[in-house]
Amino acid sequence: MSDFLRNILRLAAFILLQVYVLNKIPHLHRFITPYIYYLFILWLPFSVSRMWLLIIGFLTGLILDYFTMTPGLHAAACLLVAYVRPFVINILTPKDSSEFNYREPSPKAMQWTPYAVYVFILTLLHHGYMVFLEWLDVGSFLDFIIKVIATTGISLLLIFTAELLFPRRLKFRTNTA
Amino acid sequence: MRNIFLFIRRYRTILTFLILQGVALWFLFNYNRFHRAKFLGVANEMTGRINSQYNRVEDYFFLRLENQRLNRLNDSLLNLLPRNFASKDTTVQVVEDSVMSDTTGKYRRYISRPAVVVYNTVNAKKNYFQINRGANQGIKDNMAVISSDGSAAGIVVNVSANFSQVMSLLHIQNSVSASLKRSGDFGTAEWDGNDPRFLILKRIPKTTEVKKGDTVLTSSVSFNFPPGYMVGTISEINFDNANGMYLLKVKTSANFYNLQQVHVIENLDYNEQVKLNAETKVKIEQVKKSPR
Repeated sequence: MSDFLRNILRLAAFILLQVYVLNKIPHLHRFITPYIYYLFILWLPFSVSRMWLLIIGFLTGLILDYFTMTPGLHAAACLLVAYVRPFVINILTPKDSSEFNYREPSPKAMQWTPYAVYVFILTLLHHGYMVFLEWLDVGSFLDFIIKVIATTGISLLLIFTAELLFPRRLKFRTNTA
Repeated sequence: MRNIFLFIRRYRTILTFLILQGVALWFLFNYNRFHRAKFLGVANEMTGRINSQYNRVEDYFFLRLENQRLNRLNDSLLNLLPRNFASKDTTVQVVEDSVMSDTTGKYRRYISRPAVVVYNTVNAKKNYFQINRGANQGIKDNMAVISSDGSAAGIVVNVSANFSQVMSLLHIQNSVSASLKRSGDFGTAEWDGNDPRFLILKRIPKTTEVKKGDTVLTSSVSFNFPPGYMVGTISEINFDNANGMYLLKVKTSANFYNLQQVHVIENLDYNEQVKLNAETKVKIEQVKKSPR
């Protein structure tokens, strides 16, 4: 399966999962909405250029926004994640390219600790920015802090569970391809 | 000029980021004006189609509850049928007529249309639900929506060809005129964004006697809702010390967790009432400005 087709299917699966499962299930608490759809952006191949990353991030957020009737909210957060992603990857991956030849970020490609840091930073950014935008509209500061922490926690739990349950069979980057 | 192009070339990533971020924030903060724009209508039609597919599956999980509610409503309507009543005087026959106005001086003010909820949330601060009727079926903005057990559920805010978006009572900008059944006092039912089971009823003066468990109905002064539909029952009585009014916590009678069959109610006098209201405001302003 080509990268393009695989990522399209992944996007559809993540959006449907987010809209029809995670937004629908009775929540543990009114502050906590589990989020996982932005894992799509975290899983995009390394080879995607920064420009395309921004455009894809924006569209991903916008598609979810049209389901939840909040135009711009998730788009803004996803865009931030897509913008920051290359910087974080640069810091966390080995500089020596001979050791580093996987196609997309995964625990296998980056080792568990750097990958966990990578997911943690971007999750915190996504939720922090999104809840901040919501908070401008309504809510108190304590709500804001609790919501960011709780949502980040539950999303990390979901992502690592997904990571353990569905290990991706990753192809190596080769010169012949 | 060349330098400008070089600058754009060099910083094109961050420029794109800032521009798209601007677009996203513009969408977000202009939503109320923006939601009438064309391409949200198109998106509405798309998500509507996917939502109704999903809904066909989801409906099965709530069939039992839904049937109970429908049955109760049917039962109460059956009791109203003219065949339940016999006239003592056999020389007079009651004739039921369905024309818009009849000779007894009564006319029709409200028309109801059935619809099915295809998407619904209760977890956000601004909750909307989507129903499978739109402009083609005669739905217009500002029509009232009641749930299948006859309790107030929301107001239509946006309409596409075959779907409509309804602002649920669980929306922080929502305010519905409501009255106490016991005393008839008018107040405003709003939502504070916290618990989807409770609304807040404001502007009831302290002089009124209020008890826990009192019924709250839609008021007779609302432009959207017909009078007498259930909003909820009072579950907690608090005071707003600032203005000497009650702050009543109202348990909603509509169950927003599993809304399914709803009725969209049109006020046939809506345009005339709103127009009169607006013209009155203009007239009062003019009187204020001109010297008496």
